[in-house]
Amino acid sequence: MIDPAAPTFWPQLMQVLLEGTWETVYMTAIAMAITFVVGLPLGIILVGTEQGRFLEAPFGSRALGRVVNGLLGFIVNLGRSVPFIVLMIALIPVTRWLLGSFIGTGPAIVPLTLVAIPFFVRVVEIAVREVDPGLFEAAESLGASRWLLVRRVLLPQATPAILLGTATTITSIINFSAMVGVVGGGGLGNVALTYGMQRYSWIHIVFVVIILFALVQLIQWALTALAKRLGAQPIRRGPKKDATADAQAHLDADLALPSSRTPTHPSGSTP
Amino acid sequence: MISIEHVSRRFGDGPDAVVALDDVSIEVPRGSIFGVVGQSGAGKSTLLRTVNALERPDSGRVVVDGVEVTALEGKALLQARHQIGMVFQHFNLVGNRTVAQNVEFALEATGAPKKDRRPKALEMLDLVGLAHRADDRPGQLSGGQRQRVGIARALASGPDVLLSDEATSALDPETTRSILELIQRLSRELGLTVLLITHEMDVVKRICDAAALMETGRVIEQGSLDDLIRTPGSRVAAELFPVGEAHYIPHHRIIDVTYTGLSADRPVIAQLARDFGLDVSILGAALETIGGHQAGRTRLAVPGDASVALKVIDSLTAQGVTAWEVLA
Ligand SMILES: Nc1ncnc2c1ncn2[C@@H]1O[C@H](COP(=O)(O)OP(=O)(O)O)[C@@H](O)[C@H]1O
Ligand SMILES: [Mg+2]
Repeated sequence: MIDPAAPTFWPQLMQVLLEGTWETVYMTAIAMAITFVVGLPLGIILVGTEQGRFLEAPFGSRALGRVVNGLLGFIVNLGRSVPFIVLMIALIPVTRWLLGSFIGTGPAIVPLTLVAIPFFVRVVEIAVREVDPGLFEAAESLGASRWLLVRRVLLPQATPAILLGTATTITSIINFSAMVGVVGGGGLGNVALTYGMQRYSWIHIVFVVIILFALVQLIQWALTALAKRLGAQPIRRGPKKDATADAQAHLDADLALPSSRTPTHPSGSTP
Repeated sequence: MISIEHVSRRFGDGPDAVVALDDVSIEVPRGSIFGVVGQSGAGKSTLLRTVNALERPDSGRVVVDGVEVTALEGKALLQARHQIGMVFQHFNLVGNRTVAQNVEFALEATGAPKKDRRPKALEMLDLVGLAHRADDRPGQLSGGQRQRVGIARALASGPDVLLSDEATSALDPETTRSILELIQRLSRELGLTVLLITHEMDVVKRICDAAALMETGRVIEQGSLDDLIRTPGSRVAAELFPVGEAHYIPHHRIIDVTYTGLSADRPVIAQLARDFGLDVSILGAALETIGGHQAGRTRLAVPGDASVALKVIDSLTAQGVTAWEVLA
């Protein structure tokens, strides 16, 4: 048992929570960044290779389109149906091979990313599906290349929905990141595990819950606000900024966020 | 010039197959406006989409200004599409981008250098009277304004051909008129060949030089409006001149008289009564402005037998109007 009356209790609690929070944020941010970079194109390809869509015949081959579509769909469904804990254990050899270790915060990012990608692909899939088919038709009629179509029509229109889905994806990564404490993954989950479960400190648990709740709220709020700003048809008149460029900038910022923070803090420390 | 030659297209196979196009041939001379009319599901959109290869026919070919569109693939097809503009019923503008950016997209598609795009887009918007709304979102514009943006976008790459899929069907009558006037003006100024589809006869009447009527994938009749209104039994003409159904009247013959241009001003029916001393009654009449000219149709009931009808028709023809007997 830990004694809350001890003079070192509160400073130590602060220290542990700060470290845990940082580790959670760090794991989530990197996992989300990779998920985004991998999942966005996969989601676009998954919908695009459907029959009658802009990628139904990549490189002029309908057969290739069908194969890619079938394969992607299968992998995504498979990925979504494997329970996280099973995935995490199954990945131990892969992670060890990739990073030389499967213990710690860094390695925990591997299963987190792998569980998030199928989820995020589905998010992108839904967002892309909601783009008015008429817009694709118009772009095609203008003789636009597929790449231009994706960049100037699909992404601007799908961005708000993708942002909302990103918030949900981050929330579930945070959720799952609490579980990687089991393999020494660190983060707030590990704090709850070591102090709460093993040493019966309910104070630790309460704080962990509060911090996790605040994190999720903050992300949900920020991304929802951003999506609203980009998606809502503005009613204001007069000259205004290019919201699409904004959307792009924010997406870029999203991607840059983890990598710009990574080097400033050592990872993989477990209390 | 657009030349659609024996084009067929079916969707699905087996008993559920839909024959959307059945051996359709249409020719649209350079610089003219051609309207395709027909009920929903007749195959109009499918036909129009074969012209820019958004739809590939199962057989037949489409040639646009000497280029066989149906044979194109890849880059060559993209380039051909730069020469064929298209406007849509629901405008299909990208809502998250500004009006100018929507037009610039068409220029970017052609590979125009970045610095040239905005000036050109503004020039196109000026052409449709919307340069002052360049930095607004499409959502801030009215339907008619959005369609103007659609037209500016379609014409930004300088095409010779404009395809229009029910471009005015989502608009109120007054806005429809202004959009039609714009299309007609641009067609004249830019020498555009226009192929438009519509289910509104009014559109054909206002701007088309020629028209085709489609039904279940087939062209039932086609020709210049001048010819169609002089063709006995033409359904397009019947739609243009709503003189009602022909009912049997005992001891009478029913004659349709169609007059265009100058003859519309002449009192041909009064003349008829004077010449033959017949008690002619008017069953229905419609006076329309078709392609900028006055044209009308009057349905007469003439007492007498077939020989009287023949004499009356000869006399009318001699006066420069078109007349034929209608069987009730
Ligand atoms: N992509 C498609 N798949 C299956 N059927 C289609 C497709 N496009 C059109 N059709 C069918 O072809 C027929 C003609 O459609 P369309 O050309 O859109 O007619 P219209 O424009 O005259 O209303 C309709 O029966 C329609 O259901
Ligand atoms: Mg249609």
